Amino acid sequence: MTEKTTLLKPSPETGTLIEMAPEKIPSKQGIPELEKKLLERIGASARKLRIMHVCGTHERTIAKYGLRSVLPEEIEVISGPGCPVCVTPEADIDIAIALAKSRASVVTFGDMMRVPGSTGSLLDAKAEGADVKMVYSIDDAVALAEKKPEQEVVFFGIGFETTVPANAATLLRGVPENFSLLVSQKRTPPAIGLLAKDTEVDAFIAPGHVATIIGTKPFEPLAYQGFPVVVSGFEAYDVLLGISLLLTQLGEGAARVDNGYPRVVKPEGNLIALKMMEEVFETADSEWRGIGNIERSGLVLKKEFEEQDAAKRHEDFYAKALEEIRKKAKGRDKKRCICAAILTGKANPSRCPSFGKGCTPKTPAGPCMVSQEGMCYNWFKYARAGGSGHA
Amino acid sequence: MKSTTITLEHGAGGEVMQALIGEIILKNFNNKSAGSVGLESLDDGSTIKLENFDSNSELVLTTDSHVITPAFFPDTNIGRLAVAGTVNDLTMMGAKPLALTCAVIVPEGFPMDDFETIIKTMGDTAAEADVPIITGDTKTVEKTALDSIILNTTGLGITVAEKPVRDSGLSPGDKILVTGSIGDHGISLMAHREGFDFDTDLVSDSAPLWKLIKPLLELKTPEGAAVITAMKDPTRGGLANALNEMAQKSGAGILLEEEDIPFKPAVSAACEMLGLDPLEVANEGKAVIGIKAGFEEKVLEILKKHPYGKDAAVIGTVTSENKGEVVLRNRFGGMRYVDVPAGDPIPRVC
Repeated sequence: MTEKTTLLKPSPETGTLIEMAPEKIPSKQGIPELEKKLLERIGASARKLRIMHVCGTHERTIAKYGLRSVLPEEIEVISGPGCPVCVTPEADIDIAIALAKSRASVVTFGDMMRVPGSTGSLLDAKAEGADVKMVYSIDDAVALAEKKPEQEVVFFGIGFETTVPANAATLLRGVPENFSLLVSQKRTPPAIGLLAKDTEVDAFIAPGHVATIIGTKPFEPLAYQGFPVVVSGFEAYDVLLGISLLLTQLGEGAARVDNGYPRVVKPEGNLIALKMMEEVFETADSEWRGIGNIERSGLVLKKEFEEQDAAKRHEDFYAKALEEIRKKAKGRDKKRCICAAILTGKANPSRCPSFGKGCTPKTPAGPCMVSQEGMCYNWFKYARAGGSGHA
Repeated sequence: MKSTTITLEHGAGGEVMQALIGEIILKNFNNKSAGSVGLESLDDGSTIKLENFDSNSELVLTTDSHVITPAFFPDTNIGRLAVAGTVNDLTMMGAKPLALTCAVIVPEGFPMDDFETIIKTMGDTAAEADVPIITGDTKTVEKTALDSIILNTTGLGITVAEKPVRDSGLSPGDKILVTGSIGDHGISLMAHREGFDFDTDLVSDSAPLWKLIKPLLELKTPEGAAVITAMKDPTRGGLANALNEMAQKSGAGILLEEEDIPFKPAVSAACEMLGLDPLEVANEGKAVIGIKAGFEEKVLEILKKHPYGKDAAVIGTVTSENKGEVVLRNRFGGMRYVDVPAGDPIPRVC
């Protein structure tokens, strides 16, 4: 899985070296004309079709390459609940901020920094003097803790199965005493199950990064419900190939999980990474911002890792802060936006009373407006000035 | 004995400060005079003699304070950034730089060798642009007040064309050029700051552009109009910010061809890895130029003669559609808006 690695730093996204395989590097190394050929093929078999992807990086690829502007009008690609920072609950961000303001150095990934909790983002808190730092991987956070043994360092661990193995591996290797993990990590299969039951789309593009770890099998429930699924990579041609393969399945009247990213994804996933995850974490119910509680969709540290669990280590503080935050936040998400309906493909952003009014990319209220992957963010960007996007 | 670090006395106005000015600043600035009273007079001010300029010429005044962490980066320092930045601001207005000032605020404890290197770099960069540094100021502060050096440079220039060049002069049909590869400064700095080992020799592009741009300011269409219609340096916020500002102020759209924008492979690779958009990354030695259509070859020929313009390229066209917006088209026709960056580029993870 790591044989084609050429760059030197593990990706914070996967914690493995797979991200740096040469095909991921510059788009100009793509096969010339491949996109045009795929677009012709898609054009030839186009039909009315609503495709949902559930991955932030897919949204980035689609936006970066303007794919919506070149796809046939009948094909609509919408963004499901795939942006991990977007679905991180406000309360978790609030706790991280409270820790950073009072007793610890809180360290996290860049894209978490701008996401607002109930009273502002980590970036806002940093400006107010809270001890917040940005890193590219958990290793950098551990290095920080090693450098300052007198300082409590809390790594705010967010993301899906793509970031979990790196965190598990780090804890298994051993961390300094002053280091702990604030876990806000999610499992994708339960969310996939929910989507299969309650969504208004025709087919799915499944995330290649997550599938690299968990394999293609967890996406099968979608196929059993009658949805064609393709696991896709993250170049423009990967996404176009995914759409083309979905059209092929629809043409055949089939619904299965195709692997459109075989240069990276194995059907069984990354067994070593999965084993490490199991050793360190166990499943728990988890709150998804804008969606609500999803059973068994979260991860918590096992008892053996209590010492490194920020929730346990700062238990006194944590319980009190959480209670206050919950009191303040009660019912607020629902009042403010219709994220749940947007994330499951049942409503377009323009139906939301906050869209473009209280809620804009500069002042995001809900998860869909939070980052560049969010559906509302992109809708806002593309819809203005009569733009070319038709998401 | 020469002290090895800056102390508060170095800014106190006494003998120690005089010695610092004499031994470090005056020594390292070769060109210190633009009139009968120059820097070496250490008078309350300096003079600039105006000669041989058209009475229609206008003076251009600009100022910029420079803070950068760290003060030394591949493969130069804040001194070059401060001089080049102000020279470029004048250049972008179509003004010949006449004189610069140099104000320094430095914390006690700052290594004297680093201080001298920075001052020497300022002198060298100013010499490269043929502009004298004619007056200055040195202040020291306690180390708890500041953790590194701050430089302020003010520049006075005089327009050489009939009118100053603005960033708002684009009209539909104009062509958009950049003078070289995009994103080098921001990515080299980020890699250096974060200790990324990208295994590349990417360095900051910080450079004074006056001599590169000067010959273009003289270019005229057969009707006698200036060939350059608008100009801007894509510093903070990168090309995305500069082009959006130009489009908005000009009331026109800009259509960029992604394949024609020059990027160094190391910049593309780093941006792909870190989830950054190279269009949003800072440049310190590049210009975005709007020119009248039909003059692309002539302008490129002139730019490519200068080392700072060897990778110059036409990257887009000004349109009457999409007023105030910048649209990027890729090799298979996909289009997207290029947005004004929200703030400093933040790497994305998921």
